[in-house]
Amino acid sequence: MTTPAAGWLTGSLARAHPLTASARSITFTVPGWPGNDAGQHVDVRLTSSDGYQAVRSYSIASAGPGGEIELGIDRLPDGEVSPFLVDDLALGDTVELRGPLGGWFVWRPEQTQPVQLIAGGSGVVPFIAMTRTHASVCSSAPMQLLYSLRTPNDAFFRDELSQPSATARTTWHYTRTVPPGWSRSAGRLTAEDLKSKTLPPEQAPLTYVCGPTGFVETVSRALTSLGHAPDTIRTERFGGT
Amino acid sequence: MAVFGGRRRDDNPALPPGQHLTESFPVLSAGPSPSISTEDWEFFIHTETGQTHRWNWDQFLALPSEDITVDIHCVTSWSKLGTGWKGVSLDTLFAEVETGLDFVMAHSYGGYTTNLPLEEVLDGQAWIAYEYDGGELEPEHGGPARLLVPHLYFWKSAKWVRGLVMQSEDNPGFWEEYGYNLHGDPWREERYS
Amino acid sequence: MDHLDGNVLAGPTADLFLFEPTTTQGQCQSCADIAMLGQAMVYGQPMGFVARCRNCDNVLIVIIERAGQKSLSMRGLRWLRVADRAMNDRI
Ligand SMILES: Cc1cc2nc3c(=O)[nH]c(=O)nc-3n(C[C@H](O)[C@H](O)[C@H](O)COP(=O)(O)OP(=O)(O)OC[C@H]3O[C@@H](n4cnc5c(N)ncnc54)[C@H](O)[C@@H]3O)c2cc1C
Ligand SMILES: [Zn+2]
Repeated sequence: MTTPAAGWLTGSLARAHPLTASARSITFTVPGWPGNDAGQHVDVRLTSSDGYQAVRSYSIASAGPGGEIELGIDRLPDGEVSPFLVDDLALGDTVELRGPLGGWFVWRPEQTQPVQLIAGGSGVVPFIAMTRTHASVCSSAPMQLLYSLRTPNDAFFRDELSQPSATARTTWHYTRTVPPGWSRSAGRLTAEDLKSKTLPPEQAPLTYVCGPTGFVETVSRALTSLGHAPDTIRTERFGGT
Repeated sequence: MAVFGGRRRDDNPALPPGQHLTESFPVLSAGPSPSISTEDWEFFIHTETGQTHRWNWDQFLALPSEDITVDIHCVTSWSKLGTGWKGVSLDTLFAEVETGLDFVMAHSYGGYTTNLPLEEVLDGQAWIAYEYDGGELEPEHGGPARLLVPHLYFWKSAKWVRGLVMQSEDNPGFWEEYGYNLHGDPWREERYS
Repeated sequence: MDHLDGNVLAGPTADLFLFEPTTTQGQCQSCADIAMLGQAMVYGQPMGFVARCRNCDNVLIVIIERAGQKSLSMRGLRWLRVADRAMNDRI
């Protein structure tokens, strides 16, 4: 497992591009970064001129060795940290980073059991690291993603997830607006949706669920009701309700 | 270069040092929101003689209530000005209570505790509030009823309050035990001990 | 309501332990449930991290970070079982 470097590292913004109208991918060069496993997160610390500090956790979209990390940040309109990272942070600017962190919500190339990933909104970020790793090691473990979004315009990394070379299939689900001709009407993921769109308990999958706290709550409860053992469900709650 | 400002610190004289204004009402809880029906709810004050004064919901609502408009200050640095509540003053609840002890420990449904000096919850300084902004107090904000001690940091205003136990010393409550200030005056920035 | 998963404890505990705490098993004092700390439920942010048992809500761990100091209580854990580093690599 990749254990954290000591103390706070300095990351400098190397590249950035918009993911959606409210979200941005930001890639930092981080001297001393030991590499990371798919699914780990990092704590980002910002300090204002009067010494006030704010710390937030962000999942890492990139994985493997190397001194760079990519994050995918969604802007919460009244948020303290996310609007700064999405709108203000400029190339060459620095932030403090602590990590890589966590060993439970990770997927490792040696894992062989089938994997079901279920994302709500920005909760897809750690799964990008997992699908990238899955493709790069040519894993034979079945892996698929169910991605729940408000509208088709809210997808993070849509092109990457839809590429023919992607080794993990993505199933899309929309809660507010569906694309033209979509068979299911917009609405929250139900136990029925999960039953028809995710790996069933009989295939003994490991199921990872990530997104806003309310989403993770609803989905993990529905999974348990479908017969998945609690120990086969791994969750990463992002906060909010 | 982008400069992180945090939330803009205001010069508003109504704001204690290090605080910023918020319009929303952030929710901070050390645990899940307990759901307590008003049928099962009760409030008690327990004294050193072993006596427990109890009020059930109907008895509590029958007490004289007050409309309260106050500023509230959270130790995580947000302040909200002019919040409106309705509740029963602790002066009313303590009217029949005899005690020689100087401190209280507030206990909540769900197990939360916080400590206060008795003299800081009397004389019109604290209430058991059951309405917020003209409506019933939502569970996430401490309903059916919470302690309201607006002149101290808001963690002292215990949500889901269930009773007060008199104590001879200022023993620490939940957050105080882990290093938050025993007293918690926002104007003196008493955040930590 | 607004709780997080035990995974989030990895940051604030990073320089407290030599082992990775979120993949460490522990037992709840109160209900004897055995789980990884990553499976606990974390409340209390941003005042502090209050990790509660996933099964009975008992407070397992409290961590408060402030400038230059960190306090840690493990009051609700009966024990922690820490795998050797080499083993930990293989979890
Ligand atoms: C392990 C972990 C990984 C995370 N990974 C990512 C990630 O990859 N990308 C990402 O964009 N975010 C991620 N988050 C969420 C992130 O840490 C922040 O909570 C988020 O950016 C909001 O911070 P803020 O300072 O802008 O908002 P704050 O000022 O903290 O909050 C503003 C308001 O929004 C509410 N709120 C807080 N968080 C959320 C949320 N997630 N959803 C909805 N409402 C919320 C608050 O209750 C508050 O009312 C992750 C969180 C955790 C715990
Ligand atoms: Zn327990």
